[in-house]
Amino acid sequence: MPILDALLNGLTLGGMYALVAVGLTLQYGVARIMNLAYGECLIAAAFAAYWLFSGLGLSPLLGLGLVVPLAFALHWLLYRLLLVPLVRRAKSRAALEVDSILATFGLLFIVEGIVLVLFGGNYYNYAYLAGVLDIGGTPLAYNRLLALGFALVLGLGLYLLLTRTRGGTALRAVAVDPVAAQLVAIDVRAAAALAFALGGALVAASGVLVSMFLTFNAAMGVVFTMKALIVVIMGGVGNLAGCLVAGLLLGFAESFVATYLDPGLTIAVNFALFLFILIVRPNGLFGRASA
Amino acid sequence: MTLRQLLLLTAGVGLLAAAALTPLIGSGYAMSMAINLLMFTALATAWALFSGPTGYISLATVAFFGIGAYTVAVVGEALPWGLVLALAAGLGFLVALVVGLSTLRLRGVYFVIFTFGLAELIRQLVTWYEANHAGSVGRFVFLDISQAQIVWQLTAVTAVVFLLGALLQRSRLGLTLRMIGDDETVALHCGANTTAAKLLAFSLSAALMALVGAIVAPRWTYLDPTIAFNPVVSFQVLIMALLGGAGRLYGPLLGVIPLVLLFEYLSAHFPNHFSILLGVTFLAIVYLVPNGVAGLAERYLGRPRPSQPAAAAPAQPKEGTS
Repeated sequence: MPILDALLNGLTLGGMYALVAVGLTLQYGVARIMNLAYGECLIAAAFAAYWLFSGLGLSPLLGLGLVVPLAFALHWLLYRLLLVPLVRRAKSRAALEVDSILATFGLLFIVEGIVLVLFGGNYYNYAYLAGVLDIGGTPLAYNRLLALGFALVLGLGLYLLLTRTRGGTALRAVAVDPVAAQLVAIDVRAAAALAFALGGALVAASGVLVSMFLTFNAAMGVVFTMKALIVVIMGGVGNLAGCLVAGLLLGFAESFVATYLDPGLTIAVNFALFLFILIVRPNGLFGRASA
Repeated sequence: MTLRQLLLLTAGVGLLAAAALTPLIGSGYAMSMAINLLMFTALATAWALFSGPTGYISLATVAFFGIGAYTVAVVGEALPWGLVLALAAGLGFLVALVVGLSTLRLRGVYFVIFTFGLAELIRQLVTWYEANHAGSVGRFVFLDISQAQIVWQLTAVTAVVFLLGALLQRSRLGLTLRMIGDDETVALHCGANTTAAKLLAFSLSAALMALVGAIVAPRWTYLDPTIAFNPVVSFQVLIMALLGGAGRLYGPLLGVIPLVLLFEYLSAHFPNHFSILLGVTFLAIVYLVPNGVAGLAERYLGRPRPSQPAAAAPAQPKEGTS
């Protein structure tokens, strides 16, 4: 049934987009770092999972336990060493955004280059939990379902962390107004570093999960960066629920267009949707009007 | 005309003349280097016409460049060359106008992201059209245009870009653009028609980019959307303009020369580590030369900065009041 196909496809695709975008919404929303190397970090994590699985026989779910803390530490260091000088130098938020775009753009090439040197430009994939669940004649792979489930769990966990804990409240305060946050004794730089590292851990997690069902190569990072940016901006920067809704919206739009119109037009739909939402609601679906 | 302006003018004319002479004395390699240098100079300067004063960072360079190249691929053999070039520039202008009307209300990062995506969008639309309606995705470009002719045409376009840039800086439009860069709300309150100014400058710069794309298209004998709309070009143009300094007309040139030579050297000597070295260069530029070479040069050469911002279109405004 084509409609069921499109629905289920859209659901898993959308879940993946939301999952991929959650980390960026933290990095951009709180730390104010527009991270263009985001997709490359995802691909690097995917390659790490591949290496752990095929080299050491470690299942990707165990791999998560290794890759995610490592990514957290690396991103924290990255922020402390590389990005703090930019934060210090920036006169305004806009200046920081431009500087961070440029710096992380350089980072994009470095990460991509390292992956290229280690693994070459070939496409990789591996089979884990590749079994298929049959829903009314429509096949649905377990690993995709797992990724969708993880997206929901991570989103919910993060939501609780941000709204129910003291540290999370501090992060949200920094997202709203870094200057005023300082006035109430929040260490803005530490909070931003934490948010950036947390975003890095999330993108690594999504990289590992995505690697279970996607064929990937070293040059694919840009695609993920693009999708994540669109989802984050559509959903409203720093807004987790918006992230989920925008991701699902994008997933459904793509799968419906691919099913009923033409698979070649999915990017066109992406941008049409993106632009339409930005024109109707310039701060995203759930963005506040003040920004 | 001040002494400084005279010096700059002489240097510019000298460089252009040197470029135009390469086909007569240089080897094929020198000619291809000259094409690269001229192409990126024209693209980066055209980019800075709009993005320099306004601060709207556009990553759509390759969208317009590709439109120009594709115009040649589609109608290059059917129409006389001059008409093809005019058509390419016209198409670039028109597409930028349509795109600009809807996107120039986006500011800051949103604008960056959208222009980033625009090239991808156009690439996919072209691929889709070619696959479904034209039969095959690639096209051959067999035109009787030599490397030397490409060099001369590019020299001419580069000269036009610089001339337009100089005129723009001295015009009311240029002033409006600089105001937008400083504070768009204030510009609006001063009665400047910001939308029209942005649209005009954006479309103008797009038309020039399309023209450059059309001129260099005969270099590739085979063209498909992944070649014509390669996003790396947008990034290269951006980083060149920023390294040089987008606030000055001659700024991008100062970035183009070292970077084109560097890219050439890196890709020839370290093909496997090209990407890593490119990234490191990029970071070095961002951290060490934040205001571009032009900013650095002015700091050390101690250019006297005008104490007051120029009033609206004075008789002989100094450049660089942005």
